[in-house]
Amino acid sequence: MSAFTALILREWRLAHRIGGGGGTGLVFFLILVTVVPFAVGPDLNLLSRIGPAILWIAATLATLIGLDRLFQADEEDGSLDLLSTGTLPMPLVVLAKGFAHWAATGLPLAVAAPVLGLLLALEPAATGAVFLTLLVGTPGLTFIGAVGAALTASLRRGGLISAVLVMPLMIPILIFGVAAASAAVSGTVPFKTPFLVLCGLSLGTVVVGSMASALALTLSSE
Amino acid sequence: MRLIADQLACERSARTVFRDLSFTVEAGEALAVTGPNGAGKSTLLRLVAGLLRPSAGTLSIDGGDAEATVAERVHYLGHKDAVKPSMTPLETLDFWSRFLGGRGMPAEDALERVGLGHAAALPSAYLSAGQRRRLSLARLLAARRPVWLLDEPTNALDAASQATLRGICKDHLASGGLIMLATHIETGIPARSLALGGRA
Repeated sequence: MSAFTALILREWRLAHRIGGGGGTGLVFFLILVTVVPFAVGPDLNLLSRIGPAILWIAATLATLIGLDRLFQADEEDGSLDLLSTGTLPMPLVVLAKGFAHWAATGLPLAVAAPVLGLLLALEPAATGAVFLTLLVGTPGLTFIGAVGAALTASLRRGGLISAVLVMPLMIPILIFGVAAASAAVSGTVPFKTPFLVLCGLSLGTVVVGSMASALALTLSSE
Repeated sequence: MRLIADQLACERSARTVFRDLSFTVEAGEALAVTGPNGAGKSTLLRLVAGLLRPSAGTLSIDGGDAEATVAERVHYLGHKDAVKPSMTPLETLDFWSRFLGGRGMPAEDALERVGLGHAAALPSAYLSAGQRRRLSLARLLAARRPVWLLDEPTNALDAASQATLRGICKDHLASGGLIMLATHIETGIPARSLALGGRA
């Protein structure tokens, strides 16, 4: 087993054990989406129109939860020092940690979205579209968040600063995610156009986010 | 194999910690970095481990695998233990061994050697400070790397564990390894001494 897969496995284990907080984002996501129909009222047409946007907003906010511990926990107990003396280059360390974090927090959001779509009276096509867009969009959100987490790794209570830093950068992914999900039902543009832009944004973010986070971690350790 | 530091200088927040520091450590030799609190012992070790960049001077390793960087050939044992409370000692050691390149003792044997064999499957949250320290020591055995950087390695260790540490270090030196240790007490590891000035 290579260092890369060993790191993914470790992160996955940590996320699912006591104190790992793997499920926190998902619970927040559930709460937020369940509360919306109560606030908006039982207007099914309205709910199904704003449903994709609600799911995407909730997913974006849920991503922010738990991100502050992504590097901070390792910084506090000295693991980060050792991670940087490994044979794995720092951007790949970030990639492994980010991927495991996404698998533990981002992926469950996409999987839960179709179920919550029922509460928002989503049509089957919209439900499928929200699932697909969240599936490809959440990695992008995670890796944008990773940059903020890396910048604030050595700050106590850096979670808020991190959120303020990364939220504006998440907006493009949010826009194209919601655009693609809405396009699936109210077709002024075909679903494919915004969806492909979303895929591109997400892929680019994974690469740039890994590099930028690695740089931020190296700088903050000095 | 030889670790060579040439005219090293280190600045932290515009303050010079040390400068013009040159030394070599030969294979099979230990170098004890001594000095009062705040003299820069830990800083020097972090510098050698590649966690800090020197503001001047060079650091190199002569011989061995020429492809590997200095950071890839050192074991850094700092003040923090890098032990996650929710993982067992065996899992922790297994991970670090794989991540740091392995080729050392099997994780179980390394745990036995530091006297943690009985606690291998217990969550690390239940370990005492000394036991966590011993788990960190086991890391040095589980992944094979030639240069050991030990920052106050005897912290939290009882007399028996200090003897184990001495034994482990002697074995490492005998097999041609290098050790740099920062300490302000007598550890019993035969070492040449490098005194850092302190409040210069």
